[in-house]
Amino acid sequence: MDDGYILQMEDIEKEYYGNRVLKGISLKLKPGEIMALVGENGAGKSTLMNVLFGMEQIRNTGGFRGRVIFDGEETHITSPREAMERGIGMVHQEFMLLPGFTITENIKLNREILKPNLLSRVFGKRLSGLDHGTMKADASRSLDRIGLELAENETVDGLPVGFMQFVEIAREIDKTNMKLIVFDEPTAVLTEIEAQKLLDTIEMISREGVAVIFISHKLDEIMQVSDTVMVMRDGENVCTLRKEDTSVGQLAELMVGRGVDAGSIAQKRSLDNDDILLSIRNLQVDMPGEGVKGLSLDVRRGEILGLGGLAGQGKIGVSNGVLGIYPTEGEILFEGEPLPMNHPLGVLKKRIAFVSEDRKNVGLILEASIEENIAVGALRVNDRFLKKTGPFTQINGKERRKHAEQMVQDFQIKCVSTRQKVGDLSGGNQQKVCMAKALTMEPKLLFVSEPTRGIDIGAKEVLLDYLVKLNREQGVTIVMTSSELKELRSVCDRIAIVTGGKLEGILEPDSPDLEFGLMMSGARMEQEFSTEPVENRGESVEKGPDTPETCGKIPDHDTERRRQE
Amino acid sequence: MNNRRVKQFVAAIGVPRLIIMGYLLILLIAMPFMGLQIEMLYTQAFGRIGMYGVLVLAMLPAIESGIKMNMALPLGVICGLIGGVLSLDWGFSGWMGLFLAVLISIPIAVVVGILYGMLLNKIKGSEMMIATYTGYTAVAIMCIVWMAMPVNNAEVRWPQGNGVRNIVTLTGKYEKILDHFLEIRITEELVIPTGLFLTVALACFLMWLFMRSKTGIMMKTAGSNPVLAEANGISVDRMRILGMTLSSVLGAVGIIIYSQSYGFYQFYMAPLNMAFIAVAAILIGGATVGRATVFHVIFGTVLYQSIMTFTLPIANVIMPEGTLSEIVRIIIQNGIILYALTKAGESQ
Repeated sequence: MDDGYILQMEDIEKEYYGNRVLKGISLKLKPGEIMALVGENGAGKSTLMNVLFGMEQIRNTGGFRGRVIFDGEETHITSPREAMERGIGMVHQEFMLLPGFTITENIKLNREILKPNLLSRVFGKRLSGLDHGTMKADASRSLDRIGLELAENETVDGLPVGFMQFVEIAREIDKTNMKLIVFDEPTAVLTEIEAQKLLDTIEMISREGVAVIFISHKLDEIMQVSDTVMVMRDGENVCTLRKEDTSVGQLAELMVGRGVDAGSIAQKRSLDNDDILLSIRNLQVDMPGEGVKGLSLDVRRGEILGLGGLAGQGKIGVSNGVLGIYPTEGEILFEGEPLPMNHPLGVLKKRIAFVSEDRKNVGLILEASIEENIAVGALRVNDRFLKKTGPFTQINGKERRKHAEQMVQDFQIKCVSTRQKVGDLSGGNQQKVCMAKALTMEPKLLFVSEPTRGIDIGAKEVLLDYLVKLNREQGVTIVMTSSELKELRSVCDRIAIVTGGKLEGILEPDSPDLEFGLMMSGARMEQEFSTEPVENRGESVEKGPDTPETCGKIPDHDTERRRQE
Repeated sequence: MNNRRVKQFVAAIGVPRLIIMGYLLILLIAMPFMGLQIEMLYTQAFGRIGMYGVLVLAMLPAIESGIKMNMALPLGVICGLIGGVLSLDWGFSGWMGLFLAVLISIPIAVVVGILYGMLLNKIKGSEMMIATYTGYTAVAIMCIVWMAMPVNNAEVRWPQGNGVRNIVTLTGKYEKILDHFLEIRITEELVIPTGLFLTVALACFLMWLFMRSKTGIMMKTAGSNPVLAEANGISVDRMRILGMTLSSVLGAVGIIIYSQSYGFYQFYMAPLNMAFIAVAAILIGGATVGRATVFHVIFGTVLYQSIMTFTLPIANVIMPEGTLSEIVRIIIQNGIILYALTKAGESQ
C-alpha cells in the first residue's frame, strides 16, 4: 500500500443535497512535497479540504465517497481533532486565535504542558497546573523557526494581521507530529513582504519533511513555491502538473476556461462610447470582506456591464457602495450630475435600483407577503400604490395586489397567492421577488448582484433572459455583478474584472480565457518566474499524471444540457 | 386530515393561550352556579376592558417600529398625569376638564417620546432592559416633582401643606364621564359603558388607519427588517422615534381614560404598575415582541381583564377562608404576566 506517499485521496465524490460538488478527485502527495490547489470560487477546493479534515458539515450532509489513505493507512477521519492527532494541520483563512490570550497560550491551545499538583493528584488531570516555563520555551522555538521576533507574553489582539497569521503557523508547526499542513489562502491578508516571509516558511517546513497543500489563486506565488499544481474546476480535477511543465499563463487559462464556445457568448453590439450614464472615480467602499480601494469605471447608456472577479476582491462592494449601503468615498456622476453618496434614498430617487446579493437580509422582509415585498420600494421612493381618501393617504391594496399578480405572471413566480409569505418560497422564487421589487421602481439603471446564486438551471435561464429583454426592449442599463464568469460572458457587452479592490481591466466577452484568468489572479505574464526544479526537499517529486499537452478541456455540462433541451 | 388541521390550528394559537381561553370559559360557565351577581360582574368586566384598552394599544406602535415592548410606558403615563393634575388644579371639571387634561398631556408626551426615542436609538438591542430602568428613574424623579409642585386647589393638594396628593378623586369632576356617555342599561345591574367603548374603538380605528398609511408602512418595514429599510431609503432611527412618540401619546391619553373610569388619579409609585399589565394583555392577545396588530390589542385586553374580574369572586366562593382567594388572584394575575414575558423572551 505504501508507495512512499504521505497522502492519497482516491475518487473523492461529495454531494450537497443533490448538488455534486466534488466529482471524483484524486491526488497523491509525497512527504516534503508542496502541492498547490488552484481554482475559481466554487471549484471545490475548500470542500476537498473539509473532507480531509473530517469536518462536521461533510458528515451531516451524507458523508463522501472515495478513499483517503494517510501515512499508509486507510483512514476515516471524523473530526478535526482526530485529523490533528494523525498529524494533519491546517492554517485557516479566518484566524482561529483567541484575542485576549497571549501568543504562547494560543500556540499551546488545548495541548498545554501540564504540571501535576496536589489537587490534580486527588481530583484528576484537569486540575493540574501549567508548566509555563516549558510552554514559553516551545513557543519561542516555533517562532524562531519562522523567523519571527515576538514577545511570547504579548496578547494576540494587539498584533497586526500579518503577525496573527504567523502565530497560526507557529501553532501548527509546534505540534510535534505534523506530517501534512494545509494552507488555505494564506497570503490573502498579508502585505508583500509578509507574504514572501510566509512562502519562505513554507519552503522551510517542506525541507523538514512536512508535506504542504497550498490553496491559492495567486499564480505568481504558486509558481514560486510549489512542486506540483492541481487545477480544479467545477468539482473536477482538470489537471495535475509539475511546476516545471507549466506557466502562469497556462494555469490562468486552465483555471477559467472551457474554451470559447460561440453559442454561449453574448453577441457584439455597437454602443455609443461617449454616452456615459454613470461615471465612477476613485471609489472606496468599506464593506467587510469586499472592500473597494480606489476604483474608476464608466458605464455606457444602454449596455449590460459585468463586474467579475474572485471572492473577496471587491466586485460586490461596488454596487453596495454606489447605493450607499456601506460607507463610501469617491466621486460618482449620474447623467452628468453628482450622485448623493451614503444616501440610499437619494440614489433610489434618481431611478437607480439594486438587487442585492444578500437576498434574505437586504432584499426581502421574510414574514411579509409577496405583494408587500414587491411594493415596498416603489411605495417609499415613488409614492406608488397610494390613494387619498379625505385627509388620509392610505395604501391602495387593490392596485398593489394587481401589480403583484402581474409580476408573478411575468416572472413565473411559483406561489400559492400574492398573499403568501415570502419566507416560504424557494430561493429562486425569492430572487424573482427581489427582482420584481427593483423593477417596480422603473429604474433607468439597475444594479444586480449575484442574480442566479443558488438557483437551479431552469430559473437561471429565465432570469438572465428577462434581464436581456429588459435591456433590449426597455433600454434599462444593467450592471451585473457575478462570480460566474460564464454567466457574465453570455449576457454582458463588457466585463470589468475587479481584483484587490481596484479595476484590473475590462474585457470583451469573447476575450481568451487566459486574459480573464490573469486578471482575476492579479498575475502578470511579463514577470520571470523561477521554474528550476527545486532540489534537496526530502523525497524527489514524482512526475504528475498529466503533461501540459494532455490536459484536456472539461466538457461544458451546462451548455450541453441546454443544447439538448 | 382533520387531525392535521386541528394540530395546525392549535399550533397557530399556542397551547398556553388555549389554556387561558379555556380557563376563561370555565369561569364563565361556573359563574351562574356560584350564586354570584353575574350582571354586576359583567359590568365590571366591561369597565375594566375599556379602562385598559388604550394603554394596551400604546404597545402597538412600539412593537411595530422595532422597539419591542414599551416597558417605559410609565413615561407616557406621567405625561398624562401632569395633564390631569393641571386641569384639575385650574378648577376645570366635566368634559372641559377631561379634554383639557388630554390637550395638555399630548404635547408633553410628544416631547418625552422624541427625547426617549433618541436615547433608544443609541442602545439598539437593549431596549426592553433600558426601558424598565428609565421607567423607574422617571417615576422616582416625578415623586419629587409631585411633592414640590405648587398646587393651589385644595382638593388636589395635601391637606397638611404643599404637593399633590397620593390619590386625587374625580368624583364630581369627570368620574366615569365616558362610561356613562350613551350607556346602554340592559338591566338594573348590567350596563354597557358605550362612551368608553367608543373612545377605545376610535383610538384603535385611528391606529389602524395609520398603519395603512405610507408612514405606517414605512414604520412597520423599519421594525421588521431595518437593513432592508435603510437600503430602501427609510430612516430606521426616525421611524423608531415616531413609534416611541406614538406610544407615549397613547400612554398619556390612556391613563386619563383609565383614571376617569377608575375614579381616581394615582400619582407617585402608581405608574409603575401599568407597563406589565399592558404587556401581558397584548402578548396574550397573540402579539409577539416583533409583531402586533389591533386585533391582538382588543382580544388580549378582553381575555386578560375578564379573567382578572371573574377570578377573585369565584375564588372567594370556593375558598371563603380569609385571604386565600386574594393570594390565588395574585398568583393567576402574575402567572399570566410571567407567561407573557417568557413568550416575549422566547420569540426574541
